[in-house]
Amino acid sequence: MGGFDFSNDLRNNSLAAKNLHLPNATSTGTTIVGCLYDGGIVLGADTRATAGPIVADKNCEKIHYISDNIRCCGAGTAADTEFSTALISSNMTLHALSTGRKPMVVTAMTMLKQMLFQHQGQIGAALVLGGIDDTGAHLFTIHPHGSTDKLPYVTMGSGSLAAMAVFESFWQPKMTRQAAIDLVCEAIEAGIWNDLGSGSNVDVCVIEKTGTEMLRNYKTPNEKVLKERNYKWRRGVTAFTKEEVRKFVVKEEVVTVQGAAGVMEVDA
Amino acid sequence: MPGQMTSLTPDVSHLKSGEVNLGTSIMACVFPGGVVIGADSRTTTGAYIANRVTDKLTYLHERVYCCRSGSAADTQAIADVAHAQLQLYAMQHSERPSVHIAATMLEGLCYSNKDRLSAGLIVAGWDPLEGGSVYNIPLGGGLFKGPWAIGGSGSTYIYGYCDATYREDWSKEETVDFVRNGEIGGEMGMGWMTSYLLPSLLALALAMSRDGSSGGTIRMAIITEDGVERIFVPGDQLPKFWEKA
Repeated sequence: MGGFDFSNDLRNNSLAAKNLHLPNATSTGTTIVGCLYDGGIVLGADTRATAGPIVADKNCEKIHYISDNIRCCGAGTAADTEFSTALISSNMTLHALSTGRKPMVVTAMTMLKQMLFQHQGQIGAALVLGGIDDTGAHLFTIHPHGSTDKLPYVTMGSGSLAAMAVFESFWQPKMTRQAAIDLVCEAIEAGIWNDLGSGSNVDVCVIEKTGTEMLRNYKTPNEKVLKERNYKWRRGVTAFTKEEVRKFVVKEEVVTVQGAAGVMEVDA
Repeated sequence: MPGQMTSLTPDVSHLKSGEVNLGTSIMACVFPGGVVIGADSRTTTGAYIANRVTDKLTYLHERVYCCRSGSAADTQAIADVAHAQLQLYAMQHSERPSVHIAATMLEGLCYSNKDRLSAGLIVAGWDPLEGGSVYNIPLGGGLFKGPWAIGGSGSTYIYGYCDATYREDWSKEETVDFVRNGEIGGEMGMGWMTSYLLPSLLALALAMSRDGSSGGTIRMAIITEDGVERIFVPGDQLPKFWEKA
């Protein structure tokens, strides 16, 4: 029997019909964006990772490395985005060595889309891929089922509608670097404040011909506030009538072992 | 599979949840000397428009294009495979593939994977053997050659309009002259519209005005022996009908 075996998928669906659901994978909830400007690409992402209603990671990294000149933001299932981008990043290095050429953004896009299509949407990775190569600056969006779009500005994730509202209002062609960074920040913040699946900080990554700059935690609008009062009880507030101190370390013996080989030798 | 009723209508019609949909209005029409193809530019995920400026007119070979409707992922994957296979064909035969070859290639892909795909394609182009030709490949993977074809969710609204309006005797001269002079792309005056382009444009605009899954802008292409000419009609310049707004 050739091809893929989807019988587990059938089983899962029939169990779900009997109200036995799969556990929630950690999802990045997420707002991720990408924006083309005069000198290159700016990518942006929030930093909240959720497991159902709980925030699993308050400061995770959603902008993944593909190659020196290419980065990929990931929304959807955190494990899927992490492993997909890592696999393609590895394959891109091998590809570059094999062809003797600098990696191209369309190559990464094609590798990702073909893998995702092959898995028929079971890999929950929604990606914003951006980079610069010898053919210019390119920005792509890749959906879990394997469809791609090439656009000058893109948003993905649960906060994508909030972020897209910002882009549609303020994006212009040929913006300056700082204007693009500010716009990306505004877009991510729209997701952070208005989408429950997104939050914490703004990560920004600027990809230019001269190089890539990763601005981790470019903006931190959600730092824990200093409490107005000290809520700890000072020492002496609780009265006690008796004090007893017990030592639990009865005997300690230090034994020197002869060399590294001696430790691991199992035949001796 | 034994036990299942054979039916002329395949069960493949629905996208999986979360899949990106090319709702769509697509069409193609033959004229003496080539074909005109056109599509709207809307891609949706549920009620959200994922891409409002999509290009659904996909290059397969130098004089062969296909219009895509249905699942974005499925149609992109199919077009990529066909593109590669046609490049191979050209290399092996030292000649461009004819439109018929491209159409049967796509039909093969769509039919043999009919239970896993959601793709409605229109293959159109020019070759020296037949001139312009149009092939419709709807959901089940059947191949239907004709002088014109429409497809996508928006096409249902314009079957009547197309049946009533289509004429075999639209003039070749006007079409080719206007294309060659490159007036298209300049001012969008009504002058250049007296050709095969106008009926196609109106058909698409009608479909887009009634179908929620179609909209945005209109992209068209004219494929002749001399090449492929692209036309873009922005959303604010779409033909309007009885509504004043």
